[in-house]
Amino acid sequence: MRFGFDDDAWLPPPLAFPLLGFLALLPMLWFGLGNDPSLLPSALIDKPLPEFQAARLDDPGRIVTERDFKGDVALINVWATWCPTCRDEHEFLHVLKEQGIAIYGVNYKDERDKALRWLETLGDPYRINVDDGLGQLGIDLGVYGAPETFLIDATGTIRYRHVGELNRRIWRREFVPRMEALADGR
Amino acid sequence: MAWVKLLPIWTLAPVAWAAIDVYEFDDPADEQRFRDLIFELRCPKCQNQNISGSNAPLSADLRKKVYDMIRDGYDDGEIVGYLVQRYGDFVTYRPPIEPVTWPLWFGPFVLIASIGFGLALWVRRRARAAPVALDGSERKRLDALLERYGRDGEKSE
Repeated sequence: MRFGFDDDAWLPPPLAFPLLGFLALLPMLWFGLGNDPSLLPSALIDKPLPEFQAARLDDPGRIVTERDFKGDVALINVWATWCPTCRDEHEFLHVLKEQGIAIYGVNYKDERDKALRWLETLGDPYRINVDDGLGQLGIDLGVYGAPETFLIDATGTIRYRHVGELNRRIWRREFVPRMEALADGR
Repeated sequence: MAWVKLLPIWTLAPVAWAAIDVYEFDDPADEQRFRDLIFELRCPKCQNQNISGSNAPLSADLRKKVYDMIRDGYDDGEIVGYLVQRYGDFVTYRPPIEPVTWPLWFGPFVLIASIGFGLALWVRRRARAAPVALDGSERKRLDALLERYGRDGEKSE
């Protein structure tokens, strides 16, 4: 293939430049195809939990703050009764609870009555549930849909965020290695 | 004159795009700031809509947040910074200028400049190319052709 400045070049510059530009973009475009554009990286990775004050879901008189989430490597699960995928993953949350995983719940833009009824009928895998009816804690966590699940370490630093259903496959692939790393003190 | 009937569609359509909420401002300048901010903040949930045009519940929350922050006296940079801290650069249609975003901001200009430069080189090189001298037999053939057809291409009888 000849292009360049020769008179008899196979491709003169007016054609060659756009073509070269396109070829340069091609790998980016190709890899872009494999990305799910609806998955955003969290801006809070390796940042401390945002400070917040919110009512306990089961006891509105009691205030929960970010300090109540510290102490263990734990999950923060953002859920709502209006969210069908939350129902799908609920059973797996029970499995995790049985394994001794601490799960804190953020009941996001939901109604307290419905949420409490949900926990009554489907069981309550959460250590503490926070009532975030207005979604302010959701904004502070950069939540853009439910369910979302955050992994925090014992100091309350956010280590990972998963958007969408938490299931066995995601758990093994994304959470377990990170939790092992945290256990090793990495 | 059927197009007259379409007029309301053209003129009212932008109104229909904007989500409906009622926010009152004491100062028209603040209202303008609000409009500008929600126009250039991107809805994290809906990919390619600003929070002004999106009716996702999250966009409504973020509009409310922007409104509250304007009322509380935060400036534009603080408001955008607040959301970028939580949602990342994705949330603004005007990403900050930093090494990672240099290709985004300057790439097009670099590309255009290099194309222009390459083209200029090419054109100059072609213009400078030396005319090719004809050898004896070519010269004769050319003369014969000119003799036969004339210099201006009209056939001379």
